[in-house]
Amino acid sequence: MKIRLRYFASIREALSLGQETWETQAATVAELRHELVGRGSAYAEALGASRALRASLDQELCDGTARLQDGCEVAFFPPVTGG
Amino acid sequence: MAYTVRVQEQDFDLTAEVADLRREDTGVGAVCVFVGTVRDRNDGSNVASLELEHYPGMTEKSIESMMVQARERFDIRAARVIHRVGLLQPQDQIVLVAVTSAHRGESFQACEFLMDYLKTQAPFWKKEVTPEGTRWVDARVSDDQALARWGIAPAVDPG
Repeated sequence: MKIRLRYFASIREALSLGQETWETQAATVAELRHELVGRGSAYAEALGASRALRASLDQELCDGTARLQDGCEVAFFPPVTGG
Repeated sequence: MAYTVRVQEQDFDLTAEVADLRREDTGVGAVCVFVGTVRDRNDGSNVASLELEHYPGMTEKSIESMMVQARERFDIRAARVIHRVGLLQPQDQIVLVAVTSAHRGESFQACEFLMDYLKTQAPFWKKEVTPEGTRWVDARVSDDQALARWGIAPAVDPG
């Protein structure tokens, strides 16, 4: 299925990319992260386990078990620091 | 428009915002306001400026959701959150949380609840310009602990 990926803050900078569409085999956000890490060095560095990471599914914070649907929007970003 | 969220680059006027929030509501007996501002030092470095990034759409949705929760938890009459984005300088205002209620206890608590929620759940990110270079600000564990006081679990790593 095709999904929309968005990246923010240090993750966006590490990938030099703010958003992209992606054909995924993953069923959950955790599987998607693993799949993206497998794409190569920039993704492995930006989304790897060594980085503090948070995610949202369709603009709501989620954990790794959140299930993907065709056309959904998943974002990866560092822990938030507003306020 | 009792409950409003604004994300904007321009500054805000505290007096005007409070006047607008409680206009025509004669039941208001208390207004509690928090204003966050840019410090000139953070984590041992001088801060020359601050750049704020956010996730348009999700930002507004997350703050609206926290206002719904605040209304369920506290007997409040109106609330307003304004958060600035873009380039800011030390002493600039960053964020405003204003709450009205009949009595002070409810607006004090709701204001703190909204601020604790915003710090850990709303998708904003700060980047500092210091003499040593630019750096993304790290999240603080104490902010998650502040949210836990309200019985809300922090955001987690997606596995």
